[in-house]
Amino acid sequence: MFKRADEDARRPVTIHVEGIAVEAREGDSVSAALLASGLDVRRTTAVSGARRLPYCMMGVCFDCLVTIDGVGSRQGCLVPVTEGMQIEIQKGKREIGR
Amino acid sequence: MIGDYDVAIVGGGLLGSAIAWGLGRLGQSVAVLDEGDIAKRASRANFALVWVQSKGLGMPAYTGWTVRASKAWPTLNAELKEQTGLDVALQQNGGFHLTLGEVEYAQRTELVARMHNQVGAADYRMEMLTAAEVKKMLPLIGPEVSGGSFCPFDGHVNSLRTFRAFHTAMKQLGVDYFPEQPVSSIAREGGEFRLATARGEIRAAKVVLAAGNANQTLAPMVGLSAPMGPTRGQIVVTERTMPFLPHPLTTIRQTDEGTVMIGDSKEDELDDRVLNQPINAVMADRALRMFPHLARLNVVRSWSGIRVMPRDGFPVYDQSETHPGAFVACCHSGVTLASNHAFDIAGMIARGALESELVGAFSARRFDGDATPNGSGYY
Amino acid sequence: MTAPKRDHYDVVVIGAGPAGLAATATAAGAGLSTLLLDENAGPGGQVWRAIDSTPVTTRALLGADYWSGAETVQAARTSGAEIIHRATVWSLDRNLEIGVSIGGGSAFIGADHVIIATGAQERPFPIPGWTLPGVMTAGAAQTMLKSSGLVPDGRTVIAGQGPLLWLLAAQILRLGGRIDRVLDTTARSNYLAALPHAFAFMTSPYFAKGLALMREVRAKVPVISGVTELAAAGNGKLASVSYVAGGQRETVPADLLLLHQGVVPNVNLAMAAGVDHRWDELQLCWSPVLDADGNTSVAGIAIAGDGAGIGGAQAAVYRGHIAARAATAKLAPTTAVKLEPMAGLRQKLACAERGRAFLDVLFQPAKQFRIPADDTIVCRCEEVTAQEILDSVKIGATGPNQLKAYRRTGMGPCQGRLCGLTVTELMAEARGKTRDEIGYYRLRAPVKPIMLSELASLPQTDAATQAVVRG
Repeated sequence: MFKRADEDARRPVTIHVEGIAVEAREGDSVSAALLASGLDVRRTTAVSGARRLPYCMMGVCFDCLVTIDGVGSRQGCLVPVTEGMQIEIQKGKREIGR
Repeated sequence: MIGDYDVAIVGGGLLGSAIAWGLGRLGQSVAVLDEGDIAKRASRANFALVWVQSKGLGMPAYTGWTVRASKAWPTLNAELKEQTGLDVALQQNGGFHLTLGEVEYAQRTELVARMHNQVGAADYRMEMLTAAEVKKMLPLIGPEVSGGSFCPFDGHVNSLRTFRAFHTAMKQLGVDYFPEQPVSSIAREGGEFRLATARGEIRAAKVVLAAGNANQTLAPMVGLSAPMGPTRGQIVVTERTMPFLPHPLTTIRQTDEGTVMIGDSKEDELDDRVLNQPINAVMADRALRMFPHLARLNVVRSWSGIRVMPRDGFPVYDQSETHPGAFVACCHSGVTLASNHAFDIAGMIARGALESELVGAFSARRFDGDATPNGSGYY
Repeated sequence: MTAPKRDHYDVVVIGAGPAGLAATATAAGAGLSTLLLDENAGPGGQVWRAIDSTPVTTRALLGADYWSGAETVQAARTSGAEIIHRATVWSLDRNLEIGVSIGGGSAFIGADHVIIATGAQERPFPIPGWTLPGVMTAGAAQTMLKSSGLVPDGRTVIAGQGPLLWLLAAQILRLGGRIDRVLDTTARSNYLAALPHAFAFMTSPYFAKGLALMREVRAKVPVISGVTELAAAGNGKLASVSYVAGGQRETVPADLLLLHQGVVPNVNLAMAAGVDHRWDELQLCWSPVLDADGNTSVAGIAIAGDGAGIGGAQAAVYRGHIAARAATAKLAPTTAVKLEPMAGLRQKLACAERGRAFLDVLFQPAKQFRIPADDTIVCRCEEVTAQEILDSVKIGATGPNQLKAYRRTGMGPCQGRLCGLTVTELMAEARGKTRDEIGYYRLRAPVKPIMLSELASLPQTDAATQAVVRG
């Protein structure tokens, strides 16, 4: 869906998406990195299980909810990537204690 | 809009709509007059409990009335589902009031003893459980939980869906609903009641005041009284999470949708638009101490509501002697008592008389003089 | 992620977009203790997003308007204000207590004056299939472009109307991104309606810029005008976009659909604080009731920028200066007289707003794109359709709050940001009432979610404990 512009000279950052290593860039939000990864990063809603991807990328739609380093329901579009980050795609309702 | 009805009901909340549906089922022609979108609707601001334990300390008749409602709820559930297709998620597998620390445990134990010692109390099997016993039923409780009281008749329901079900069902039965038409005065002329609203007059052979705290102002218009003592309560609501709470508590419940409701507070404050943040902090803190795993769950909403609360906490059901055909009905537990309102009260109103055996104790005459019972239906 | 140094400031500014940065520069520059809080990782809000971190450094690509923001950012940074990023404000009340969440912990900050500069958001665009993966807003694509240099490379359709649509399309193309089609939903009848304002527009800076952008895009991408119907389809993700233009229906395969029909004020914090709003019939949104200095109906709370009414970046800057100057006049009157006179600021604001009326009329979204039918989802969070809302009106729901009780619309984490306008308009049409008569959701803190542990760690009082611990 998205490709990186040639002039992007930012430092690469490695994150893990469902255990798969993905190269992001310093300054990417988690959601941007997920959308650029080419992986299927669709979440499913807690209401009906419908599939969603980020819609607004500015923190108002809440369709970018994702589990980051074990903590669920983070708004991925507002969290910058860090080296070694563990991302899990959120399926349905928030898990107990995560 | 101007018409002659068998019954006009002032107030379209859970109580008014339950009675309206009940009367509709009996073939009565009914008009319901209601406020608009912005109103102090306790029907939209409650904890959805169908609750028995600790009800009626100081008034055994209330204990009996509550147990009766609890037993009738499955019938209500089934009928609403059959008529509207809506499942209101009734769950009646018992509920808890948990305590934190030894002092709270001792206080609750004492309350349970007082209930058991009450003469004429129905046996509703409210009992104290130790922390270990609670843990068998609620595996995720935290170490500060010292135990609590449990009653197998307690339960909860999706009260908003119940509200919707009543309104859907009553419409199907031909009940006329008039929102944005609060009643300003009621007169009895020519053997019927005339209710004045900003958009014209409604006439009916009988009138039922089901306007919550506003009953206090309306009741004298028909020779009745309904002394109220409303309080404000706050609630915090979380996002949906996987089911973890198989029984409701007085202060925490998990809805059928998966959201967690956390309460509750009591203040002599009647502005429902302002939030008291320290109260939210206390409620959140206690909830976390009861269920530590909730720590990272997100709070997505918080609101406050004004409780419909008769002065001593017990319901008021009355019929007027000076204005025959006028009734007043208000209570705090509009969810728990919904079944009684739909079946018993509606039936009594259709027949023209409240049954003293069932509801005689709830006449507002009890407020005359010094005859106020000890204790309250609500703590 | 640092905690605020004080627990009380003269001025707290919420939002580091053009208005917030300008207000901060003025207030702190005048010597007032000033705190600027912003949810994002860096300054700029939406329009100047990622201005100090964007990988797209070749100036011509993002354009002069974007880079002009660097000056305002610098002014705020050198003003002496305390600036905290990744700080989410979730509560504001009439006592001017601000609840803010930073790094997973919350605290309350006090202020003598609050300037809300939380700006605007994309207007909801509820077409069939708008919740499908692969449907995003133009603003989302702009964010990805500015913050991460990411551009569409699959089959891409851009649909909607308004100046930002053309700006985005141009920027994508300049960076080598792919756009297969632009679908322009500007209502034909609006051209005539906008004519009375045409002169002011043509003599404003927008005119030449707008024409140039449109020409740039039309040279490379097929543009379909007069689109009257739009729908997205797919099974679990976007597969195609269908539209009607000139009476003809077309369907094109697509991996990405970017929607835009203007922006609207982000009202949640202001409304939850008790600020009065009224329906703006021209901009078709809720606008706060303000005086000329940006002061609201709540003493001590002002609003600056697009949150005060959509006016664009330049107007936002001047509104920010005006609001901060008014705060300075209130809190430090002797210092205020040394600042740029208010009359000068107001004149600059008027100049920056010249030509807006034309845009507002021309780009009023057509009704069918604001008010959906049948199975189209209105509330994305709770997945409630237009038909379900109409069913609730039939059983007597008179407004959004009773609707919320019946159907849970507005109960999700977005708190009505993506459904509220649609709900108000849908109910108004169904009931034959004005938007003001229907009203809006009653909003309360937290206006953005916070963890239960954060709430639990906030200050408790004896009175609060007694109110809760009973029986």
